[in-house]
Amino acid sequence: MSDLATHGAHPQGFAHQFEDIEQQRDAGRLGMWVFLVTEILFFGGMFTSYTIYRALHLESFVQGSHQLIVKFGATNTAVLILSSLTMALAIRAAQTGKKKGQIIFWLILTMILGAAFIGIKLRFEWYRDYTEGLIPGVHWFYNGPHAPGVKMFMCFYFFMTGLHAIHMVVGLGLLTVLVIMTARNKFSAEYYSPLEISGLYWHFVDIVWIFLFPLLYLIGGRY
Amino acid sequence: MSDHTEQSGHAGHIVPVSTYLFVFLALMVGTALTTWIAYIDLGRWNTVVALTIAVIKMVLVVLFFMHVKYATGLTRVVILAGFFWLGIMITLSCSDELTRGWEIVPQGWNMIVPIVARLF
Amino acid sequence: MSTAIAEAEIHETPAESGVNYLNVTYGIKSWLLTLDHKRIGLLYLGSITLMFFVGGMAAVLMRLHLVEPQGALFEPETYNKMFSTHGIIMVFFFLVPSIPATLGNFLIPLMIGARDVAFPKLNLMSWYLYITGAAFALYATLSGGVDTGWTFYPPYSSLYSHTHVVTVALGVFIAGFSSILTGLNFIVTIHKMRAPGMTWFRLPLFIWAMYATSLIFVLGTPVIAITLFLLGMERILHVGIFDPSVGGDPLLFQHLFWFYSHPAVYIMILPGMGVVSELITAFSRKKIFGYAFVAFSSLSIAIISFIVWGHHMFVTGQSIYAGLVFSVLSFLVAIPSAVKVFNWTATLYKGSISYEAPMLYALGFIGLFTIGGLTGLFLAALATDVHLNGTYFIVAHFHYVMVGGAVMAYMGGLHFWWPKITGRLYPDLWARIAAAIIFIGFNLTFFPQFVLGYLGMPRRYAIYPSEFQVLNVMSSAGASILGIGYIIPLIYFIWSMRYGPPAGPNPWGAKGLEWTTQSPPLTENFETIPIVTEDAYNYPSEGAHV
Repeated sequence: MSDLATHGAHPQGFAHQFEDIEQQRDAGRLGMWVFLVTEILFFGGMFTSYTIYRALHLESFVQGSHQLIVKFGATNTAVLILSSLTMALAIRAAQTGKKKGQIIFWLILTMILGAAFIGIKLRFEWYRDYTEGLIPGVHWFYNGPHAPGVKMFMCFYFFMTGLHAIHMVVGLGLLTVLVIMTARNKFSAEYYSPLEISGLYWHFVDIVWIFLFPLLYLIGGRY
Repeated sequence: MSDHTEQSGHAGHIVPVSTYLFVFLALMVGTALTTWIAYIDLGRWNTVVALTIAVIKMVLVVLFFMHVKYATGLTRVVILAGFFWLGIMITLSCSDELTRGWEIVPQGWNMIVPIVARLF
Repeated sequence: MSTAIAEAEIHETPAESGVNYLNVTYGIKSWLLTLDHKRIGLLYLGSITLMFFVGGMAAVLMRLHLVEPQGALFEPETYNKMFSTHGIIMVFFFLVPSIPATLGNFLIPLMIGARDVAFPKLNLMSWYLYITGAAFALYATLSGGVDTGWTFYPPYSSLYSHTHVVTVALGVFIAGFSSILTGLNFIVTIHKMRAPGMTWFRLPLFIWAMYATSLIFVLGTPVIAITLFLLGMERILHVGIFDPSVGGDPLLFQHLFWFYSHPAVYIMILPGMGVVSELITAFSRKKIFGYAFVAFSSLSIAIISFIVWGHHMFVTGQSIYAGLVFSVLSFLVAIPSAVKVFNWTATLYKGSISYEAPMLYALGFIGLFTIGGLTGLFLAALATDVHLNGTYFIVAHFHYVMVGGAVMAYMGGLHFWWPKITGRLYPDLWARIAAAIIFIGFNLTFFPQFVLGYLGMPRRYAIYPSEFQVLNVMSSAGASILGIGYIIPLIYFIWSMRYGPPAGPNPWGAKGLEWTTQSPPLTENFETIPIVTEDAYNYPSEGAHV
């Protein structure tokens, strides 16, 4: 009933259940952080299993780790960190009230880097794993030392990087929506919550990879 | 930095570009370092070093890219709760999985040290 | 904002015009696309009631089967599917969402003085996730069922079972995201949407309980999701991490499973405790005894619930070390639970108590939960558990907590807030009769099971030695009475929606913001956001009878 009055007093993007835009922003931020906690526990189930099995089958896991190619993992780490930087800069552009072209520039750069990550993963890693018979249950003919344990390791590798990649794809979807919203002038220096909380998500996915890289590619040493 | 403090309230803190670039560089150095060290034989310390670098990188991302350095106490509690609960899950699962076959439960530090040692 | 208030005052007050959240719009679409937390609560109410009767049907059939020692109705395989269906539907699709998704959804914004939850669209999405998950579970049940028990333990579930494990697991997985989003929504709502003056220590204890429950939703449910994902991969692709042939440990599944599923027990009971705190104060016309203790005991139950899960695994081959650790930790949870029971009892002391139907459920809850809780201590003790694990003692124990506790509180809460939800009263005499029937039926069903379990009758078997028949027949007779007890409220609730006398805003004379607004409330809950100036349960002091 008081919709007209409310809309006059608040910037666009304001939702009726809140008292003011500040409350809405805080709620969105807290909501995303709580969601990220659920993500920590979601990936945490895998990390817990990994920790235990690595302790139980250390040599197999080292052997399995040696099936992966460090240079691609390292390159992808760099790509993802760079994409976190561009994401942060996109949000900064919105915060400081820059023209929408600048926000879109950083967002699209982030998307390109995210796509590059997935591309490298698919072309140079998973595809190679397939040709070399390193995908358990799909294409598996590894018969080097510690074969059962290496199979276990590769299960972890594909579950963890696979779930991570799914999160990347979701992130790319979010970024697409953000580009469209930016192009439609939905954001301003006062209201940029969707940008901000999507940024949190994107950085979280980066953090997961920051742990996956040493755990899968490096741990146990490459010497 | 100090000239931005008045904005550190609700509208979201504006971090200078230089800080972002510095954090980015630190993360890249960390990546290079962790990769380089993996090729040096440190025994079980390889694991410790790799995880330490990963944790430092995570903290940098959380504090600066995710603005937690400028966030409220509530945000910090939420994040710490996530890691605390992950810790519960790992610790108590290990309390079973890594102590199978123990005929007696040792006393004092021996209750904990052998389990932790198996993780690295 | 001031313009908004002014405009609201100029309009005729909707209370006079008879507008409320139920009749503001009509048509199926206005319900299926609603963003109103109250309507979403009712959507949940309808769907979980359906699931309750499906799960209850399975239970009744099981009890009928067990009238004869050799089994009266089914093949053993069918019996296995029956108890699995009962467990899965009751746990994941009734008990977990029961109070939070219905009463919680309906009441949290009303109790804290907000217009809605923080994220109404997410709230609606939660319901759609829930019914999608429920549809998978029902489909699996109708197309042949699942026989793993509700716990899905591998390697049976991953390698050997020939039933619809993946479909059901997918259903539970999807419904899990419904829980996560509901918990997230509640946490943010309680943190950020409280009315002016509604400080943390003025919150009704139901809100504290819902907050603690939401913490478990958010921290525990993701783990069951990933665990069921891994189980599904293992079953579909024959690759996985629980398979002993590649060095996997099936017990790891149990660790991850119980990391969620033990706290899930507290997802079921904590909201019940919150409801009972409201009922006890309202019907004894007294401030709660030791508000802070009751509030913080909810939080400590939520936290402790995460460090006790290994007591489900004492006889599985878990290490002695872990057995000791988990046994000691399990006893801890008795402390905050007992704090609550003592505080409720102390609240009753010298209160002006009246015995309307909701209060009967609340008193039933206290007694039955105490029995359920204390028998839990038998099971936390390592040595006693070795004798009792896997027997009907366990079945009786958790039904005293789940049905005697959670369902009693849910029924009590439903009776208490029904006038607020529908704006109409139900026949109080019938409600009291139903409460008594449920109490009697419940005890007749489950008390014999304590004895059966103590005598050594194992659970999950379709047949049993004939010397156990008397107790089994008693239990089955109790189940029939219990079934009737649940059908009576269904009838008079439906009757009251059309024919019940109007309730008025506050039929019980209870305190709390939800009773200050009209019944049924407006879509926006309050004409103007209230300003809170007093503590919860600020009933007139002792002796001042109204």
